[in-house]
Amino acid sequence: MSDVEVVPTAPAVGQSGTVKRAGVVGRLLKNPMGVIAIVILVVIVASAVFAEFLAPMDPTRATNTVLAGPGGANILGTDSNGRDILSRLFFGAQGTLVSAALAAGVAIGIGLPAGLLAGYYGSWFDSLSSWATNILMALPNMIVLLAVRAVVGPSIPITMMIFGIMVSPGFFRLVRTATQSVRNELYVDAARVAGLSDFRIMARHIFGVVRAPVIIQAAMVCGIAISFQSALEFLGLGDPSASTWGVMINDGFRSIYRQPLALLWPTLAISFTIGGFVLLGNALRDALEDQVKVKEKVAAATTSAVITEVVKTPTTHLLEVADLRIQYPQPGGGRKTVVDGVSWYVDRDEVLGIVGESGSGKSQSAFAVLGLLPDNALVTSGQIIFDGHQTVDTRSQRINQSILSELRGKRISYIPQEPMSNLDPSFTIGSQLVRPMVKTLKISDSEAEKRAMDLLAAVGIKDPRRTFQSYPHQVSGGMAQRVLIAGAISCEPDLIIADEPTTALDVTVQAEVLDVIRELQRELHQGIILVTHNFGVVADICDRVAVMQNGRIVEQGDVRSILRTPQDPYTQMLLESMLVGKTPMTKLITQESMGGLQ
Amino acid sequence: MTESNQHPLSPEKLAAELADQAVSAQEVAPSGEPDAVSPAVAPEVPSAAVQSVDHGVQVPLASGGLSAPITTTPRLASKADVLDDIAGHAPAVIELPPGKHLLDVADLRVAYPQKGMFAKPVEILHGVSIAVEEGRTMGLVGESGCGKTTLGRAVLGLAPITGGTVTFDGKDIAHAGRGERRKLSRDIQVVFQDPYTSLNPSMTIGDILSEPLGIQGISGADARKRVRDLVDRVKLPSDSMDRLPREFSGGQRQRVAIARALALQPRLIVCDEPVSALDLSTQARVLDLFLEIQQTLGVSYLFVSHDLDVIRHVSHRVAVMFKGEIVEQGLAEKVTEHPEHPYTQRLLLASPVPDPDKQAQRRTERRAHTAAMAAAAAAAAA
Repeated sequence: MSDVEVVPTAPAVGQSGTVKRAGVVGRLLKNPMGVIAIVILVVIVASAVFAEFLAPMDPTRATNTVLAGPGGANILGTDSNGRDILSRLFFGAQGTLVSAALAAGVAIGIGLPAGLLAGYYGSWFDSLSSWATNILMALPNMIVLLAVRAVVGPSIPITMMIFGIMVSPGFFRLVRTATQSVRNELYVDAARVAGLSDFRIMARHIFGVVRAPVIIQAAMVCGIAISFQSALEFLGLGDPSASTWGVMINDGFRSIYRQPLALLWPTLAISFTIGGFVLLGNALRDALEDQVKVKEKVAAATTSAVITEVVKTPTTHLLEVADLRIQYPQPGGGRKTVVDGVSWYVDRDEVLGIVGESGSGKSQSAFAVLGLLPDNALVTSGQIIFDGHQTVDTRSQRINQSILSELRGKRISYIPQEPMSNLDPSFTIGSQLVRPMVKTLKISDSEAEKRAMDLLAAVGIKDPRRTFQSYPHQVSGGMAQRVLIAGAISCEPDLIIADEPTTALDVTVQAEVLDVIRELQRELHQGIILVTHNFGVVADICDRVAVMQNGRIVEQGDVRSILRTPQDPYTQMLLESMLVGKTPMTKLITQESMGGLQ
Repeated sequence: MTESNQHPLSPEKLAAELADQAVSAQEVAPSGEPDAVSPAVAPEVPSAAVQSVDHGVQVPLASGGLSAPITTTPRLASKADVLDDIAGHAPAVIELPPGKHLLDVADLRVAYPQKGMFAKPVEILHGVSIAVEEGRTMGLVGESGCGKTTLGRAVLGLAPITGGTVTFDGKDIAHAGRGERRKLSRDIQVVFQDPYTSLNPSMTIGDILSEPLGIQGISGADARKRVRDLVDRVKLPSDSMDRLPREFSGGQRQRVAIARALALQPRLIVCDEPVSALDLSTQARVLDLFLEIQQTLGVSYLFVSHDLDVIRHVSHRVAVMFKGEIVEQGLAEKVTEHPEHPYTQRLLLASPVPDPDKQAQRRTERRAHTAAMAAAAAAAAA
């Protein structure tokens, strides 16, 4: 049996183009910031590792040529003890990088396991470790480090380890939050059902998720650790005999009037290193976030597509969509076609159902009518004519928002799929109903409020006053959808676009909401476009149906003829997949229905 | 149709009869309709049926045709809360399968602890009993928030059980520890709802499928052969092993999840809404796969779904859940075609059929049912 689910090879017509993705390393190297950071850090690490071979002189050997300028035997000059600055810079890189690594290592060593355990198990360990981190975060870092120095003496490794402990709460919180969010993912549950031990679940399933943020944070912590270490040494709290950058700054600062350049070199080294770490952190974050939105400049857009001129074809339909094509530019060039030349119309007093599976372009074509396509969408051909207004701007290949903003909300309204996410949680339902009416219908607040009450009653809400005063989280999903329907009809539109209006609802609530839409439509004589994947909903409410597949309409017509005698093999296959009226425990997809699709 | 019109079932009449509580079910049911199987007179479960009628909220369902010309349905009114009240108070219609069961859940209670020191735990399941037979499918249907998913998770050991027993193959596993669970994972497996979050995005299909095998000590060539067989069994492309989940469509991912569940040759698979995130045609193919696997391997399913049509198609027996309780349980055909409990009836009448005229008829029946329920509620209040 061949499987239709197999990701389709690009068909000659219909949707085309694929989404391209590059790996993290690839994206990092494409980012100039990332390349600069990597180059800087590679140079510094190399100079630390190969200091023995690179340094022209012994960094600790004092000579009589003190505070020499650049040039001559000492390329960058000498310090106040006559030591070669360039050689000290190479060896200083060692100390600096080791300090940074120590601090980051200790911070990760404490923060990562503690965060994993606290996030995964919660309970007492979570409470205890959260307390501990809160206390650590309340302590001022610099003062603690000064105190440590007073107790243990000028040991940079110990100071940096203490610093690592001080910054470990950053890792702890990061890892804990990430773990908590993955903890409830279904694949972690599946691993538990499979019998994996907690240790293996953490190692295999959770560590992969926290790895990236920890690496980014580590880059930042390295930069901060270097600046703290240098600051301590600059204050004269380091080991004055060691060749580190901080000690060099201290030395250079003391002779700044005699040889200002001696201060410049270590300062530059520190700045570049910290800058390198910060840039690397940022570039890693950008690379991992993977949200590149390609927007084609209209001027740059190839005009190979034939642009249809603005023709005001006389149409008697309330809304007519003709030969609509919607494309998206792709990261690697080229375009993805999501709607490929669809034509349909809707009249007053009529419900048109647009049916299709996910990715068929049914919502995209409805959003084009509303002018709510994403910024980078291009309407490369076709017309959308609402009551004589052409809303496609063929020159810019976009929906003409100035024409549409006159229509949207007033003559065309929208019922969304997710009722809850379409109500603002910080305003009462009443204020969300009243504002548009006051703006659009130019009526007073009190009039609008009275109207809102009537509307809430009209959509079957029993206690309109209470709902009016409620916040969205205080009502159920079905109630919220009724509120949105009330909002959609509040400005007496001619056309309502309902995008899967009942998909998020339980069947019993769905039945009631469909009743509300049907009754109101009969009363107010609107045209309705109902986008859905459910043939039961279509049968319940639609007069005509358009079936979409891969961005094209495969069949459209009267609801009875489409549902009872579908002509297109795809429609036949969809109806074949319905469970109603099938003998239980029998195969739904037969060879014949598959054959029709090949 | 004509016969039934001789006995118009008006809500007023029904309510009066229901309030009376003494009327026999035969008089209420549309008589004369040859194929009208009135559930209230169904002889198979006399005790449950009689009990229902005694409590006075049993609403007969005209299953044969448009038999109730209701005119007084108040337009657009939402009566969900009233109906919930009634449905919640109607006695459960429970008929457990006879004989020995693979899984027995008895009087199960699950309560989730709340945040805060003195917060009371919230009980999700209030004493639920179901039974799954060997090699058969128990369908569990209900609306969002009713606790059906929690029941599945409790069987898997993923929900805090506070009371009752879960008996698998004669052993109580309600409070099984980690080690016992690991042994149980050979017998009880799961397919989750969302194929997008149930597979680790950073693991290849081969790794995902061999992971449970590794736990049970199967590795190397044996494991590879088993994984290849699984990929074939769920009809995935043979080059799937080295690919990542994101390279697959939703239906294919669900096939991977099914393959993972089958890896250890379990006896029971808990299927938690396994097709509700899928497109219609994909759903049909995945359901076909579930049935085929059961017919060849004899595995049992506890199949959880909100969709009565899906449940009817795959189940031998069906339990209907409402607000953390089972309200009706019995043979699939009876529960899904001729339900007795008012809540199940409401569920059935609310699921639309893909034909405009049949759907219009079902709509009218639904409104009649709603009106009758409301009237019964009013009568009960009076």
